[in-house]
Amino acid sequence: MSTIILAIVIGAAFGAVLDRIGATNPNWIGKMLSLKHLHLMKTILLAIGTGSVLMFAGQMAGLVEVGHMDVKAVYSGVFIGGLMLGAGWAAAGYCPGTGVAAAATGRRDALFFVAGGLLGAAAYMVTYPAWKAWGLLEGAKLTLGTVPDAGYDGLIGLRGDVLGILLGFGFIAVAFALPERPLGRAARVAAE
Amino acid sequence: MPLNWKTGGLLLGLVFFAAVLLVKPIGVSTQFVILDAMIGDVANPDLITQTEEGYGSTNAYLAKSGGKYARNAANPLNYSFVFVLAIMAGAALSALMRGGVAREERRLPAIWKANFGDTPWKRYAVAFAGGFVVLYGARLAGGCTSGHMMSGMMQTSLSGYVFAAGAFLAAIPVSMMMYSKEG
Repeated sequence: MSTIILAIVIGAAFGAVLDRIGATNPNWIGKMLSLKHLHLMKTILLAIGTGSVLMFAGQMAGLVEVGHMDVKAVYSGVFIGGLMLGAGWAAAGYCPGTGVAAAATGRRDALFFVAGGLLGAAAYMVTYPAWKAWGLLEGAKLTLGTVPDAGYDGLIGLRGDVLGILLGFGFIAVAFALPERPLGRAARVAAE
Repeated sequence: MPLNWKTGGLLLGLVFFAAVLLVKPIGVSTQFVILDAMIGDVANPDLITQTEEGYGSTNAYLAKSGGKYARNAANPLNYSFVFVLAIMAGAALSALMRGGVAREERRLPAIWKANFGDTPWKRYAVAFAGGFVVLYGARLAGGCTSGHMMSGMMQTSLSGYVFAAGAFLAAIPVSMMMYSKEG
């Protein structure tokens, strides 16, 4: 039961923050992916960096259970699927999480996105044996460094938690360094 | 206007951290499969099977990994499914508290109007097709923007980086071609 309460609290917080940062708004997604306004990109990079630093520092301090990590396998389908998701994300302006959130805020196009998503997921359920037979789903769960007690192999021989903190600060630095408007209106005005 | 990126990024990062501290990293796209399986099982009760050893399915995807998708579809009150319902509730409440999404924007986003005119049905068709490709791709990849890109890169997972590379490699040219005007 307590896990259901956590699902409600963390899920609602995630939905509310997605809405407040503009991620449920296809106008902001479009401006980010066409590199006109990187406000949302800076937000996401800062979030990844913050989460990473807190999680790995918490692990080193013994406050965060390493067993809560959930690393996904890497295989060729990850890249192919990423390309597909990227194309659809750009065209629709929604990804799975922001799509359901936007549908809940009353955006009609997001309802169509979710309906298309249910059909796409069903199509994958039916065609899954073919991908498996082609061997495109074979892979291993790898982290960049080796995180102590996490049970995943590391790509390089560095300590994974220290590397995670360093990369986290790297994400935060990139968030600060990225220009807000590389190809947007302000940049055009400056060039004129 | 959305939150300042520093405030928004910090809040979003704290949500990621809370999720991995208390339960597990955030993910969404699997739940599209779970809802499909629930609908499918109503239409065809043989889809999800239950034996003494646990749950299984006549669909190979639902039956994989010891039938964990079949089990979750048969028991909707599980963490991950309720999590997605809560995302919807949280986003709806948040939108209401800032005065709601404008009526015109709900009908047709400004960026679409600026690039393709007042063509709502064309927009809905693109959103539907986009949803199809996004979820097919997410399931092939084993995760989406939440599970792979955000939660994955946060955990220094190699798959998160591979996924993000693929996603942006496709997303940036498609977006630049389709949405040259800002709206």
